[in-house]
Amino acid sequence: MNVLEVDRLYKEFPIRSGFLQRETGRVRAVQDVSFAIGRGETLALVGESGCGKTTVARCILRALPPTGGAIRFSPQEGSTVDLAPLSRRALRPLRRHIQMIFQDPYASLNPRMMVGDIIAEPMLVSGVPAAERQARVRVLLDLVGLPAAARTRFPHAFSGGQRQRIGIARALALDPALVVADEPVSALDVSVQAQIVNLLLDLQDRLGLSMLFVARDLGVVRHVSDRVAVMYVGRIVEVAPTIALYARPRHPYTEALLAAVPKADPALRDAAAAPQGEVADPANPPPGCAFHPRCPYAVERCRVELPALREVAPGNFSACNRAEELTLAGVV
Amino acid sequence: MLGVVGESGCGKSLTARAILRLIDRPGRIVSGQVLLDPGAPEQQDLTALDPASRAMQAVRGGRIGLIFQEPMSALSVHYTIGNQIIEAIRAHAPLSKAEARARAVALLGEVAIPRPETRIGAYPFQLSGGLRQRVGIALALAADPAILIADEPTTALDVTTQAQILALLRRLQRTKGVALMLITHDMGVIAQMADDVAVMYLGRVVEFAPVQRLFAAPRHPYTRALLRSVPNLRAVPRERLATIGGAVPHPEARPVGCPFHPRCPEVIAGRCASEVPLPIAPDRPGASCFHAEAGA
Repeated sequence: MNVLEVDRLYKEFPIRSGFLQRETGRVRAVQDVSFAIGRGETLALVGESGCGKTTVARCILRALPPTGGAIRFSPQEGSTVDLAPLSRRALRPLRRHIQMIFQDPYASLNPRMMVGDIIAEPMLVSGVPAAERQARVRVLLDLVGLPAAARTRFPHAFSGGQRQRIGIARALALDPALVVADEPVSALDVSVQAQIVNLLLDLQDRLGLSMLFVARDLGVVRHVSDRVAVMYVGRIVEVAPTIALYARPRHPYTEALLAAVPKADPALRDAAAAPQGEVADPANPPPGCAFHPRCPYAVERCRVELPALREVAPGNFSACNRAEELTLAGVV
Repeated sequence: MLGVVGESGCGKSLTARAILRLIDRPGRIVSGQVLLDPGAPEQQDLTALDPASRAMQAVRGGRIGLIFQEPMSALSVHYTIGNQIIEAIRAHAPLSKAEARARAVALLGEVAIPRPETRIGAYPFQLSGGLRQRVGIALALAADPAILIADEPTTALDVTTQAQILALLRRLQRTKGVALMLITHDMGVIAQMADDVAVMYLGRVVEFAPVQRLFAAPRHPYTRALLRSVPNLRAVPRERLATIGGAVPHPEARPVGCPFHPRCPEVIAGRCASEVPLPIAPDRPGASCFHAEAGA
């Protein structure tokens, strides 16, 4: 059974302008996005800035109210609730079951709180007794590889990687059913990034974590995710199991994203051309397939017809008009 | 093209700022030389110049152009991109306004900005991150420099935009014959761009080598560890990355002996913690490590 099912999610933001701040248009930040995360599964949501991936994450956390669609969340087997229409009050008892790991380990920890209190805060809010909180903080520090003495120190005493460990301990404090990680390693140095990626892998194995891993490129995603969903200008353009997506992408944008990762091998230089043009403006997306102005495979049809996301191979969904006939290059 | 690679705090950006004499007080250059046009009759040692002198200003933005990670740190929000490029051109060459404008339009074309005659009137905020970085590159090229220093020029950009900017830098280097010093934390960018690579750790160049040799046979344990920790697009699912234990020490808590020894998997007992390995010789492949000294 799935821990999360996002069903035809829409999120629009009004564009306001002029003295009276009248609504003059709408940005469709997220359009018709559907995906599911199985229990114990990690799904990566990948796309470049402005593609709507963070908006999707914020809708799931209900930091934003969706414009349409359902977000069916199942904290335990047998109980499912749609988060989309719930009021703040109705959401409160559910919040403990979905926790977040943030991108910036410097901005996401309160500099005036001791690390033990930061980690214990979600438990305090949920009414966990003090003695239990203390014991749990020790377990959590050990789990993320920090010494017990870290409890009484302040965030400034820790490096970026250690701070990210503190953020992870806080996210795990209440044993959440789902963790949303928003680019958790993109602000870190490579050697530290590797440590945090390995920690997340260990936690997945030990705790059976279910995770939505938001990322802007396909680098570390290969290591941490079971499946990958690729977004472009507010829509999912491809979903596939990780190995299948890298071996044979079914959408030209996924092919471009794979080609754009700088390969750490001087022999692979100039192998792939950079895609042309720039990401479309979500306030004014091109007609038809939003990727067509940059797509080397675009035909007349792509300028007019919005392609549907459909299963083009077992478990492999693509929203490309030509998915069935194209053979795109992956990494093998 | 020289690639300079290292993690935050290794001194890679500070090296670039020292070359351009842009070190803020109380920081200063303690010793050493920075030779421009070495061996030529017009050879200059930049460390001997006053940072505020006319000669240094002619070098900065003239002989040496600088490209920043965030192009807005080079651009003003108050002026059009055309005005700023024209000003940079005229600061280093005696051209009329009309001549400088024509050259600015040509420069914007060279960095592949679409419709340069129109875009020259745009303000930086009207441009996307990728276009702004192209403007930043045009600005660095304004005085036709011999050397470009690019400090993490693509770190703030999306991957497809990064690929475009790297392709542009490669093309400019080929067509204009400009030397490029590319500073990055990304071994992928180094592999795709550099001819020679300097790996920095805690303020020192710990290894210098031609790019093929560095990737095929890295000699410093730090270089090897950095290369192993790069995410692999061919990884099997849930494959762990190789890590380097610990974190980069604070610059004020520099370890005694080899600066890398507390994190080094190949540390030699009784030696690395007390003795400092020889620095590498300028422009010659090598590693500042006792293992490399023994093997040489």
